[in-house]
Amino acid sequence: MSMLTAQGISIGFGGVRALSDVTFEVEKAEIFAIIGPNGAGKTTLFNVISGLYDAQQGRVTLKGEDVTRLPAHALARRGLSRTFQNLQIFFRMTAAENVMVGRHLHERRNVIIHLFTLPSVLRQNRETRAKADELLRFVGIAELADRPAGTLPYGALRRLEIARALASEPEVLLLDEPAAGCNPVETAEIDELIQKIAATGVAVVLVEHDMKLVMKISRRIHVLDGGRSIAEGTADEIRSNPQVIAAYLGRHGQQEVARA
Amino acid sequence: MNRLAASPYTVVLAMAVVVALLPLALHSTFYLRVATLVFIFSLVVVGLNLLMGFAGQVSLGHAGFFGIGAYAVAVGPASLGVPSWLALPAGAVLAGILAFVVGRPVLRLRGHYLAVATMGLGLLVAMVFNNEAAWTGGPDGMLVPHLSLFGWRVHGPLSWYWVSGVSLVIAAWIAVNVIASPTGRALRAIHDSEVAARVLGVDVARYKLIAFVLSAVYAAIAGSYYSLFDGLVTPEAAGFLRSIEFVTMAVLGGLGSIVGSIVGATVLVVLPQLLTVFQDYEHIVLGLVMIVVMVFLPAGIVPSLAGVLRRKSS
Repeated sequence: MSMLTAQGISIGFGGVRALSDVTFEVEKAEIFAIIGPNGAGKTTLFNVISGLYDAQQGRVTLKGEDVTRLPAHALARRGLSRTFQNLQIFFRMTAAENVMVGRHLHERRNVIIHLFTLPSVLRQNRETRAKADELLRFVGIAELADRPAGTLPYGALRRLEIARALASEPEVLLLDEPAAGCNPVETAEIDELIQKIAATGVAVVLVEHDMKLVMKISRRIHVLDGGRSIAEGTADEIRSNPQVIAAYLGRHGQQEVARA
Repeated sequence: MNRLAASPYTVVLAMAVVVALLPLALHSTFYLRVATLVFIFSLVVVGLNLLMGFAGQVSLGHAGFFGIGAYAVAVGPASLGVPSWLALPAGAVLAGILAFVVGRPVLRLRGHYLAVATMGLGLLVAMVFNNEAAWTGGPDGMLVPHLSLFGWRVHGPLSWYWVSGVSLVIAAWIAVNVIASPTGRALRAIHDSEVAARVLGVDVARYKLIAFVLSAVYAAIAGSYYSLFDGLVTPEAAGFLRSIEFVTMAVLGGLGSIVGSIVGATVLVVLPQLLTVFQDYEHIVLGLVMIVVMVFLPAGIVPSLAGVLRRKSS
């Protein structure tokens, strides 16, 4: 059974078609990449899947269940989590608190109990904090746990977003350019991290500009151009696909030819 | 030691000590009255801060809830035969229900639009108190009978000092509890990034509503105290200027800081008393003080000063 499917997704903004008839499916524990030139609709697709935008046509299913048009918080409850290309950090909270928010769905959410901080709330806070520390260790920024997120370096914020998304224990994780703005060393570390996550059985859907990263770690790659799917396959298949070369890689190739 | 100082419960404990010891220093009923007013307004602002400082949602209509509390203990005994001790919680429940019903549609709005919508709510409530003269005495207001608690007639500055002071400590304790709980983390998350909160499973509409209702209940209880303490209530209790005053206290003292709420309320209650020496120019000086504070302490008094101290010590 597919963990996540998108079937014929279409959406437009004010007459501009951002996505037309995009279809793909993602299996358990695989790393599935979505690539394409700027403006191809990658982030829009993520926003549709994660419930931030409503698709005008098409269906999204999660573990076989139709989740089209469900609000984002309801999707989280069904095992979907994501990160953001333009970091959406809780800047006034500490790194650990950011991850603790990610535990929201696993905490008891009875407000009356919270008003009076019964012992159960304290115990739960401790458990949530322990889990947050564990996740910060997992992504490699344990020593920054008590720093306000607003003071963290960029690379750490990228990891923090991943830790926070993992805190909800997702079965499908959408990563929107997790290595954007990172140097080669940081990128290599994030690449390792993503493989570690997939190895735990999570289906990882990756939007990424860094071709090297994508080609190296993705099991399958889906290529968008101008809001349409133009190819899907393994790294080797994509590399040799003439349409992809024309639409995406070709532009760089042509530039390099021009420079040479 | 450092951890103790950082714990929000230290603040609550410190407040309890101050409330307990202050009467030793306040020798006249005038000072007790001022302290009581500080406590009552602090009560509103601590609640409003949960909404504004933590959840990041503005309200220019909280005097409406304050007014509901204020009139509940007046209209209840006078027209409905409900004793004050029952009218007080009834007013709080009523304000909470109103906040719940109005909050659902209104809290979808953001920023300025939310400000205007909540302002409308406040104005509407004030208008009801002005116009329903048969119940409320209209613009002249009405007298408020004394509160009796288990045979204890609560009246006079010292009694109200204790009632409002103890209530404030409890209210601050509850606020601190909420902030340190999953609910508080959800509220603060919404403030910084609503979209990230949503994808992590936070039901944003629900949490905004929780903060709105909670702050409305705080305001209503404070309103009841205010009119019981004063013995008279007029529609001004629910007036627009009152709402502005609450927001000013919250912002001046420091959004997101419980101590800040109390400092903000203290400054805006005490300062006008001190400035009476300027007579006709009192309001000009008050305005200037507020401008100067906001220019030099832009995050509000308490967070700005705390930031300065932190930089000095590191």
